[in-house]
Amino acid sequence: MADLLFYVLGGVTLGTAALTVLSRNAVNSAMFFLLSLLATAGLFVLLDAYLLAALLVLVYAGAVVALFLFIIMLLDMQGGVRPPFTRATIAAAVAATGLLTVAVLGFVKRAQLSVAPVSPDLPVVGASLKAYAAQLFTTYLLPVQVVGFLLLIAMLGVIVLSKRVEGLEDIK
Amino acid sequence: MTIGLNAYITLSVILFALGFLGVLLRKNTLVIYMCLELMLVASTLALVAFSRFNSLLDGNVFVFFILTVAAAEVAVGLAIIVALFRRRQTVQVDELNALRD
Repeated sequence: MADLLFYVLGGVTLGTAALTVLSRNAVNSAMFFLLSLLATAGLFVLLDAYLLAALLVLVYAGAVVALFLFIIMLLDMQGGVRPPFTRATIAAAVAATGLLTVAVLGFVKRAQLSVAPVSPDLPVVGASLKAYAAQLFTTYLLPVQVVGFLLLIAMLGVIVLSKRVEGLEDIK
Repeated sequence: MTIGLNAYITLSVILFALGFLGVLLRKNTLVIYMCLELMLVASTLALVAFSRFNSLLDGNVFVFFILTVAAAEVAVGLAIIVALFRRRQTVQVDELNALRD
């Protein structure tokens, strides 16, 4: 059952990711991106990371995709329909992606990951909230503070960026 | 669970490659940004799989931080795109070539 779910969710993730890349309209891209994120959240559930699945749906599917859609609608890009790709772009992009995939997959195959025993009674540590709290407030306390400051700085940066600047010469 | 770590890592590599393909192929800044997010999600999938199959929590905690940083990054990046659109009236990267010539 879990195996079948893995294949279904993995297929949906990859298929919708491909459609995100290829769809002609930016709004369709955002919708397929949302589906891909939901399927990834399903994969997180299969990996017993329930909290992360919920966070992925809340933060990514809830906030990030909503923000993307909002900006797409706000900018009103004449329907946002893309021109067809040129042949050179396709060749370069596919070659680079193929090289990347082959390199990383070759590395993964030689890393002998399959040798590691996968027993069904492997203890599950990612399922309890208590374990996350214990880690976040002991080992990772400093990173939590740093990330808090990062969010504050990002907020300030967005406020500064969205102010209108007068008398700036145009770069052409 | 007969699906091993290798299957999850392979899935995450292919997802990352799809995001990479999108970054190289597309001309719309917003879609390029979405593909960048796709690459981040692929790496979080690898981290969660590694930490599940090694019974560790550290990978999951890293995903926490990645989610936070991604949220901040999206906010700042979209603000930059909106500021750019206000000045240049376009989000297509082949028209934003001031540094090229």
